Amino acid sequence: MEIWSPWLLLTAVLVLWQVLCSAFAVSEFIFPSPWRIWTQFWEFRDTIAGHAWRTFWVTMVGFGLAIVVGVLLGFVIGSSRLAYAAVYPLMTAFNALPKAAFVPILVVWFGIGVGPAILTAFLISFFPIMVNIATGLATLEPELEDVLRVLGAKRWDVLIKVGLPRSMPYFYGSLKVAITLAFVGTTVSEMTAANEGIGYLLISAGSSMQMGLAFAGLVVVGAMAMVMYELFSIIEKHTTGWAHRGSQNG
Amino acid sequence: MHKAPSPWFVDFSDVWLAYNHELLVQNQFAVEAIDLKVRQGEFIAIVGPSGCGKSTFMKLATGLKMPSMGKILIDQQPVTGPLKISGMAFQAPSLLPWRTTVDNVLLPLEIVEPYRSNFKAKRKEYEERARRLLQKVGLGGYEDKFPWQLSGGMQQRASICRALIHEPKMLLLDEPFGALDAFTREELWCILRDLWTEQKFNVILVTHDLRESVFLADTVYVMSKSPGRFVVKREIDLPRPRELEITYTQEFGDMVHELRGHIGAVRQTGAPVPQ
Repeated sequence: MEIWSPWLLLTAVLVLWQVLCSAFAVSEFIFPSPWRIWTQFWEFRDTIAGHAWRTFWVTMVGFGLAIVVGVLLGFVIGSSRLAYAAVYPLMTAFNALPKAAFVPILVVWFGIGVGPAILTAFLISFFPIMVNIATGLATLEPELEDVLRVLGAKRWDVLIKVGLPRSMPYFYGSLKVAITLAFVGTTVSEMTAANEGIGYLLISAGSSMQMGLAFAGLVVVGAMAMVMYELFSIIEKHTTGWAHRGSQNG
Repeated sequence: MHKAPSPWFVDFSDVWLAYNHELLVQNQFAVEAIDLKVRQGEFIAIVGPSGCGKSTFMKLATGLKMPSMGKILIDQQPVTGPLKISGMAFQAPSLLPWRTTVDNVLLPLEIVEPYRSNFKAKRKEYEERARRLLQKVGLGGYEDKFPWQLSGGMQQRASICRALIHEPKMLLLDEPFGALDAFTREELWCILRDLWTEQKFNVILVTHDLRESVFLADTVYVMSKSPGRFVVKREIDLPRPRELEITYTQEFGDMVHELRGHIGAVRQTGAPVPQ
């Protein structure tokens, strides 16, 4: 039942949506019914697939960058008190800026196309990764550190033997948040600064009043994000099962 | 007081520690005037009210903290940094949940020399040693389980194994049995007693439990509260080997009682609270 519950809920929502649209005869130009979205999706499946593939790989590149930079920055911040004090406030301020606002600037620097999309995806998604790695490293038990320091362990030993493995569950947790954010970043950027991708599709479908197609595009982004999220959940369970022991023991 | 050319294994002479410069200027010491002479292989216990600087003392004895004044010699050598000849265990077992029990016990060998350099090559041999040690403390069959699959008492045994795997000359235990139930605690007393009897390392045991200190130690020190200093030294001359039955004898009870009296006195007079 628990496994099927999301699907049941989804079906219920779709049915309700369809019923409401049909009952009140809502115009397909204002708010398309699920059936309409599906037919549009099927009709334009090749176009959608092309845009979806573009959005997917662009997101993955941006996300990959975010992992590399997030882990490195998190490592530096988490392993040094000084760096933590210096970098953290600035990073928080940066994170509060709406990333969509960067898109026009990125367009000036990199032109229309892949560049702004990758960078927006990166900018929006590296923060949670960095914070989680840093937190995992910075919150070591002092006793454990003493046990190792007495043996002559260097700061580096403690980080590698204890800090990093300990922050892995935080890391996977952050990946699940970051991947969904990365899709948001790519899509937002493509809406103004690309000639390809789901974001572009949304804008052009909207301006030609093809609401069914626009909704189909949204569904595709949501589905891609969900699949990636589930993928990281599975990896997380297999590599850091020790952190989820409560649920395993029942 | 002896002033021999240090036949002692642990030799504190007039050691004072303030945690930082400001406190030093204000003459606020965490521990003061510590004089302690411990023979090779002696088992000492330190008892005292909580917050009396017992843990500070541990940090001094392992070289994690340097004294503000005074001199510490351990194994004839002045202490200048973390002492690799010591092993530590605390009230919390703090095992790493992603490592199996045997891998947890092996952790010190991955860090301390001379094991560190040849750890990869000799892993088999070391693992054998870790398994033997675990079996000795009654963890046979649990070596490949994860710590969170063990009970609290078992985790604490593994933690003690981790402290002993590199065959330290000195074992420091900071209330290691504090979180365990009475029966498990007595069981672990005997395990510690047997390990010590066999290997004769030095032990410094910090505890709240007076029965524990009398049962295990050769000498019990009572520490007063802020500032921490040793106020009573009591030799425990009970014959060895000691069995648990001894804890029910009159003689044993009297010693515990006597120490209890000292602690009571320390609590009343040792910490004058400024109004």
